[in-house]
Amino acid sequence: MTQLALVIDLNVCVGCHACVTSCKQWNTSGWAGPLVDENPYDADPTGTFFNRVQTFEVGTFPDTETVHFPKSCLHCEEPPCVQVCPTGASYKRADNGVVLVDYDKCIGCKYCSWACPYGAREVDEQQRVMKKCTLCIDRITDLTLPERERRPACVLACPASARLFGDVHDPDSEVSIAIRERGGYQLLPECGTHPANHYLPRRKTRIYIDPEELLRADNPLHKEDLTTYQGEETLDDVTW
Amino acid sequence: MHPAFSVIFLTTLIGAGQGLFLALFTGQVHALANFLPTQGAAFYAVGSLLALLLLAAGLIASFFHLGRPLRAWRAPARWHASWLSREVVILPVAMGLIAAYGLAHALGFTTPFFTLGNWLRVDPSLVLGLAATLAVFALFVCTAMVYAGVPFLAEWRSPLTVANFTLFGLSSGFLLASAYAAYSGNALVAVYGVWGVIFTLMALVTRWSSLYRNDHLKPKSTVQTAIGVRHQTVVQKAQGATGGSFNTREFFHGRSPATLRLVRLGFLVLVFPVPLLLLAAAYLIGSATLPIIAFGAQFIGLLAERWYFFADARHPQNLYYQSVA
Repeated sequence: MTQLALVIDLNVCVGCHACVTSCKQWNTSGWAGPLVDENPYDADPTGTFFNRVQTFEVGTFPDTETVHFPKSCLHCEEPPCVQVCPTGASYKRADNGVVLVDYDKCIGCKYCSWACPYGAREVDEQQRVMKKCTLCIDRITDLTLPERERRPACVLACPASARLFGDVHDPDSEVSIAIRERGGYQLLPECGTHPANHYLPRRKTRIYIDPEELLRADNPLHKEDLTTYQGEETLDDVTW
Repeated sequence: MHPAFSVIFLTTLIGAGQGLFLALFTGQVHALANFLPTQGAAFYAVGSLLALLLLAAGLIASFFHLGRPLRAWRAPARWHASWLSREVVILPVAMGLIAAYGLAHALGFTTPFFTLGNWLRVDPSLVLGLAATLAVFALFVCTAMVYAGVPFLAEWRSPLTVANFTLFGLSSGFLLASAYAAYSGNALVAVYGVWGVIFTLMALVTRWSSLYRNDHLKPKSTVQTAIGVRHQTVVQKAQGATGGSFNTREFFHGRSPATLRLVRLGFLVLVFPVPLLLLAAAYLIGSATLPIIAFGAQFIGLLAERWYFFADARHPQNLYYQSVA
């Protein structure tokens, strides 16, 4: 059975949000849209997104790394949202494993969002139904498009090719090879949802930071200066 | 989680309605066995109407939780999988059976079909009451399982949730029955009051257990498993949008820890000791109004209890929105 999914390479993602904006553009003007944006130019803007890039800092200064972390619906193989939906509006397509919402059946009870541990589902505040990533189902199943365009908008937009798309059940697909060879992993594995989307871990890198590199010796404001001075002559007194 | 008043009113109102019906039916069965004085038809009919009104009020409150209430008729579709669907199926069934039970008394359908063992007169009201009792207990389980069945909300996912919903329903229902009996000048005040006290004390044990359990829960999911980066220190710096979103509104209660402690103390006082003391005072001075006040105080406490029940639950999706939490 086919299970389409995204594989996101955290080693490459630079947090440019191109996937977020292309996702919003494609889906707000397509089958799933419109995706509401309230107060876009005022205080407290809010809106529905299928895909968000969050940023985490790993480690403590100065040994830190920034991880840009794109997250959308993971199209779980055991989707808890489908299980709890009282109307059958949330469903998983049997032919390609994409989890979708039938907006005409959704009653907006939000129960599926409670059942999703990833927070991948968002209520559209104007249409008052639950929305989520469709994996651009209208693109990937459109046989009139050339084959290279039958991919989600985020994948096409990513300038760094951090996002791969394909069938994770096919051992020879690009995504399966990437998962196998580069240690692709799932989010919150303890929840037992078996998300189809995988993430490729960051490669281990080591750098040595000399403590002196962290200080500017000629810092006039002594902002970063960690040494205690006892009135002796410093570099600031002798340089111009 | 963000406490939704529609759901708070739904669960507390139908709980009291269900408990009230069970109290009425218990009274009838005991009267048949000559443990208690037999009541007139009006007592059961008006009591059933009161229970029905509470269930209807809860049902109406539940519609305010829906984004698309006009599509609510679709909700029973997946009764075989979703506890919410099951609740939607069983609620009208219970209401119908309670209505039929009340009507059977009002219209005098109390001619026995047959008599069991010389004392149990099996009449239509008894059969309907038994069916309604089963439906009411099924409704308790369905309502609680809507919450206890959410896989990742550790605070809710426990048999204690089912026990609490059932016992709080029984406790408030029997207190309401006692208040109703006091209002109609009925001798059953003390019997219902005593059962109300027993259920309140049982609920105290189970609710205290769940509070203790939740205070000592160790979260299974951490920010490390959420993003898959195995490092001791992972701090969220940006949530992907400058403004709020559905995720920041739905899964955070937005109140200070002090408010939470206050609500917790408030419901622990209003639900447990206050009604017990009021009932004891009512028994001592023979007051007819104190049982009514006791029910009112406990019900306000139950609203606070349900608010805390929601606020207390920490959803794993919050790991992705730590900069808000």
